[in-house]
Amino acid sequence: MNLRYVVTKLLRAIFTLWLVVSFVFIVLRITGDPTEQLLPDDVGEQTRDYYRTLWGLDRPIWEQYLLYFKAAVQGDFGVSFRNSEPALDLIWQRVPKTLELGLATFATALALGVPLGVMAAVWRDSWIDRLTMSFAVFGFSMPNFFLGILLILLFAMNLRILPSSGYGSWEHMVMPVFTLATAFAGAIARFTRSAMLDVLSRDYIRTAEAEGASLRRRVWLHAFPNAAVPVVTIIGFSLGGMIGGAVVTENVFAWPGVGRLLTSSVADRDLAIVQGIVVLVAITMVTANFLVDLAYGWLDPRIRLGPRGQ
Amino acid sequence: MRMSAETTSAPVPADPNADAPAPRGEPFWRMPALVWLAAGFLVLVALIATFAQVLTPFAYEDTNLLYRLKPPFWSPLSMEGHVLGTDKLGRDLLSRLLVATQVSIALALLGTLIGAVLGTALGILAAHYGGIVDEIVMMLVDWQAAMPFLIIALAVLAFFGNNFYLFLALMGLAGWETYARLTRGLVLSAREQGYALAVRALGARPWRLYTRHILPNVIGPLIVQLTLNFPQTILLETSLSFLGLGIQPPLTSLGQMLGEGRDYLLTSWWLAVIPGAVIFITTLSMSLFGDWLRTRLDPTQR
Repeated sequence: MNLRYVVTKLLRAIFTLWLVVSFVFIVLRITGDPTEQLLPDDVGEQTRDYYRTLWGLDRPIWEQYLLYFKAAVQGDFGVSFRNSEPALDLIWQRVPKTLELGLATFATALALGVPLGVMAAVWRDSWIDRLTMSFAVFGFSMPNFFLGILLILLFAMNLRILPSSGYGSWEHMVMPVFTLATAFAGAIARFTRSAMLDVLSRDYIRTAEAEGASLRRRVWLHAFPNAAVPVVTIIGFSLGGMIGGAVVTENVFAWPGVGRLLTSSVADRDLAIVQGIVVLVAITMVTANFLVDLAYGWLDPRIRLGPRGQ
Repeated sequence: MRMSAETTSAPVPADPNADAPAPRGEPFWRMPALVWLAAGFLVLVALIATFAQVLTPFAYEDTNLLYRLKPPFWSPLSMEGHVLGTDKLGRDLLSRLLVATQVSIALALLGTLIGAVLGTALGILAAHYGGIVDEIVMMLVDWQAAMPFLIIALAVLAFFGNNFYLFLALMGLAGWETYARLTRGLVLSAREQGYALAVRALGARPWRLYTRHILPNVIGPLIVQLTLNFPQTILLETSLSFLGLGIQPPLTSLGQMLGEGRDYLLTSWWLAVIPGAVIFITTLSMSLFGDWLRTRLDPTQR
């Protein structure tokens, strides 16, 4: 892969992260004394002084900035109000649970969205096409908190076949995953469909047909690999929406992940945790975008090689 | 930066409906029945949002602890006057629903407009000055597109504490980057067209060129973007209010009503389902109408 392409993308990723950390630093300095904002009220003067020196609050602002940056790089975001534990430890405990939810959602959305989109494109204007497009519009318009509540009403309260909330067994995952995956699967189906429609009208598909390649072979071997590029992009784009959706969904189903930690920390103004999560989300997004860019260059040589390669 | 912005956006198919039969040129009233329904519902919502105060049978914040959690009209236990029943504090649900609709719609509308004006202005600036201004605007666009806005909004609310105007400002910041990107592209191509060159050759100032000549010519796609952005803003507001971090009592919004109602799912499910249904049908109608408008107005989508 073209080194310049990778380096450009990498620099862009690092630059975005730097912007996020700087943003948090500026906002924290605007809103008041960081030792009051980031440390619990009941910590001793000793701890407060320790962080004052650590963050260099007696020094010029640019030195403070460097110190803040150094602490952030080392993962030190201060101490939670609630139990005086380091913010990063508290966040870290929740990460696996959110990942569990996120990965299951991702798999479900792909397993649902890609075949639906492909079928909708192949049998265009058929009932399956209409079903797919209706599903996409539904997913786009349905607020996930409302979908979650409807699912709870139906499956937990009326039919009593699923637990209404909490964490533990696979049954607990069904409703949160379905809630989160609906919008995501709809978006994937929509974009898979239009990418496939675009590819299926190309000459080489007609050539393949003329040569007697079966429909299945034409669709999956000739068309789909070429349609995959925009689909990968939309997956990257949707990740941000999915993170936002996870915050709400974890709340609806009392799922003990990072999203729920974030909302309760915002309500309590537990800023050490909030800034830790913001940086963590930024790292996730930047990494994901970087990987999408790489996947993109790998899937499409025109991008990886740049204008000179064409 | 620029290159990456373009490479990541270019191959995404612009419109999944690109193949839909082109309604462009057809008269307005020939819209499909579903779009008619959607438009009708939007008109209803607009009327409610305008006249909520006149329509409410009770004051939306009046409590009556003797008549708590009364069911709506279909139940034999319902109370005369309270068509949709009452909530946990005995407040009339219909009155609250009307006011909440007004608040949610007003916030989403104001937010969408602030975002549109801000984004369009920045997009024009970027296109006009180019160079470093362009770089900075597009960098901000990329940055905003890279961070989930709900997380930014939550962080800002945590850092500064909640107040109504901050919340409104967040609604406005939610979607500006799509307008900026769109306007920049539209203006860059419009500037090279004959009419713009002619106006410039006649010695028009940039302000006049952009406001009187270019903007009216590129307004179509911007209006379409408005209709697509509007449901997103409603969802942002209702999500935050649902979490208890947006609109604060005694004021109410559809999301806040739903958030309060979900504690009573077992006994009074309508407290959550009625406001939720209003949100869903509103965003659905707006999406259907917006999709139709897009295929009708935008010749490149044919």
